[in-house]
Amino acid sequence: MEIAVCVKRVPAPGGTVTLSEDEKSLDARNLGFTIGPHEECAIEEATRLAGIHGGRVTVLTVGPDEALEQLRAAMSFGADRGVHVRTEDGELGPVATATALAVAIRDTEWDGGGPDLVLLGNEAPDSADYQVGIRLAHVLDLPCLTGLKSLQVDDAAITGRREAAGGWDVFAAPRPAVVTVREGLNTPRYPSLPGRLRAKKRPVQTRTAVPDPVDAQLIRLRVVQIPRTQAELLATGPDLAGELADLLETWGVLA
Amino acid sequence: MILCWVEPGPSGWEETTRGCLTMARGLAGRLGARLVAFTVGAQPDPVGLDELGRLGVEHVHVCAPDDPAYLPAAWGRWLAEAAGSGRACAVLVPGTDRGHEVLAHAAVRLGVAMVANVTEIGLDESGQPRRITRARWAGSVLEESVLPAGPTLASTAPHAVVATEVAVAGTPTVRVHPGAVDPADARVRLVEHIPPASTGVSLATARVVVGGGRGVGDPEGFVVLEQLASLLGGALGVSRAVTSAGWRPHTEQVGQTGTKIAPDLYIACGISGAIQHMAGCRSAKRILAINTDPAAPILAQASHAVVADVHQVVPALVEEITRRRANGGPDRPR
Repeated sequence: MEIAVCVKRVPAPGGTVTLSEDEKSLDARNLGFTIGPHEECAIEEATRLAGIHGGRVTVLTVGPDEALEQLRAAMSFGADRGVHVRTEDGELGPVATATALAVAIRDTEWDGGGPDLVLLGNEAPDSADYQVGIRLAHVLDLPCLTGLKSLQVDDAAITGRREAAGGWDVFAAPRPAVVTVREGLNTPRYPSLPGRLRAKKRPVQTRTAVPDPVDAQLIRLRVVQIPRTQAELLATGPDLAGELADLLETWGVLA
Repeated sequence: MILCWVEPGPSGWEETTRGCLTMARGLAGRLGARLVAFTVGAQPDPVGLDELGRLGVEHVHVCAPDDPAYLPAAWGRWLAEAAGSGRACAVLVPGTDRGHEVLAHAAVRLGVAMVANVTEIGLDESGQPRRITRARWAGSVLEESVLPAGPTLASTAPHAVVATEVAVAGTPTVRVHPGAVDPADARVRLVEHIPPASTGVSLATARVVVGGGRGVGDPEGFVVLEQLASLLGGALGVSRAVTSAGWRPHTEQVGQTGTKIAPDLYIACGISGAIQHMAGCRSAKRILAINTDPAAPILAQASHAVVADVHQVVPALVEEITRRRANGGPDRPR
């Protein structure tokens, strides 16, 4: 089974968000970088499925030179090869990203002519465009299942569940397909040291992507000043529990 | 016209849909355009139709295929066709799973961009609604951009616009259109809907959520948090640090990549309050933070805070509530 997984270099959570001078990107000096939680699950699922069905895992990324770091990190979970589609002059929009991924997938050699499964995160944690998987599927003329938190793959079909109104919607599609997944699909392992060393030796093909005039043109970013509330600080005296219980009563949540 | 795909909720139209219609109405007013709702399946019932009227909808475009089951690619195609035939200058959807999915398929059909999580739509120099402001990074960064061509396809961020109704509401006109399914659009099928488990309080809708973070220390520490949640008729929620450590299942995670909650009270125990966590609990009416660290970010976003150890405060609170209930009933003031 041939599985492709698409990942994106994004700023790690927790850092202080400041902007570059032209206000068109985040100031990278204050940030670490990683791949998103959904994509960690996509990688984990790909290596799990390759373990069950046999086959090969290929990781693709579209991003700047530095994204090679995240590509290698993703590969260290147990991928066989990587494709780095390099970008220049900032982040590509979702149309250009989907096209770049589709072209890279078409130009890569696959047993059987194409991948059986293409996995992506449902949305990137930074840009959250909610469309790259669907656009990619249309270019490759494949069906697209989105937002799945469980996945079963057999010889002919793919089924999976997406959360819906507290319950689940169960979707099915024939193989091959594009599938976008969410955190909760599985519990990603940490890559082992041998895994990381192996990933360094695995082949990475490099290509170049170009912007697409259909995508929105960025004017600038603005950091949102989240309103700081002045929390009412409760005294931590000996009857703290009693005071808290009184508060809960006042708020009507104890009844 | 401004076309707006509307999504039914548990009662009436889903809240993000109401906000989306409110934003669409504002845009329609500025452009002198008609606000048209798009829906697939049966016609809205009279109550639903009245509500659309109160939200400013003038006309409802109903697409009625033989089988009304959800078919993402087909629904997207029909939305694109309705936008094309009505020469819509903007197509808006609520920023929900189905909203994003349907709009992305429609964007491909129309050969245009799609912008997600939009908080504001402005007019460009030619008076077209193509100046976009949208939320990135769990709402911590806003992105301003301009679309190169129309129509504008946008999903509205949940809570970006508070739904309001018009003073004088009319009843929208309705027209039913056929919906033919292209076989390629039927490859992804919704085969089953599994309703929510009837037992227990759902995290997404709980009135009280007791949250636990890394500060809870270990898996055993959650037992007393569960007791508190149960005493308050609420649900347990946890931060990503907790699910990543394998202490609790992902279904309990509150945050950007977990469940979004909107309780009357969120009791955040040993949670630092990273942006990604706050993105999931921003809609809580009150946040009571219990944390040993007076510099924890959550204290700047909570309404009430206790700087103390959860391992002492929570068991004492559980004991106090239990004692009051035992002492002659429902929580009499002392």
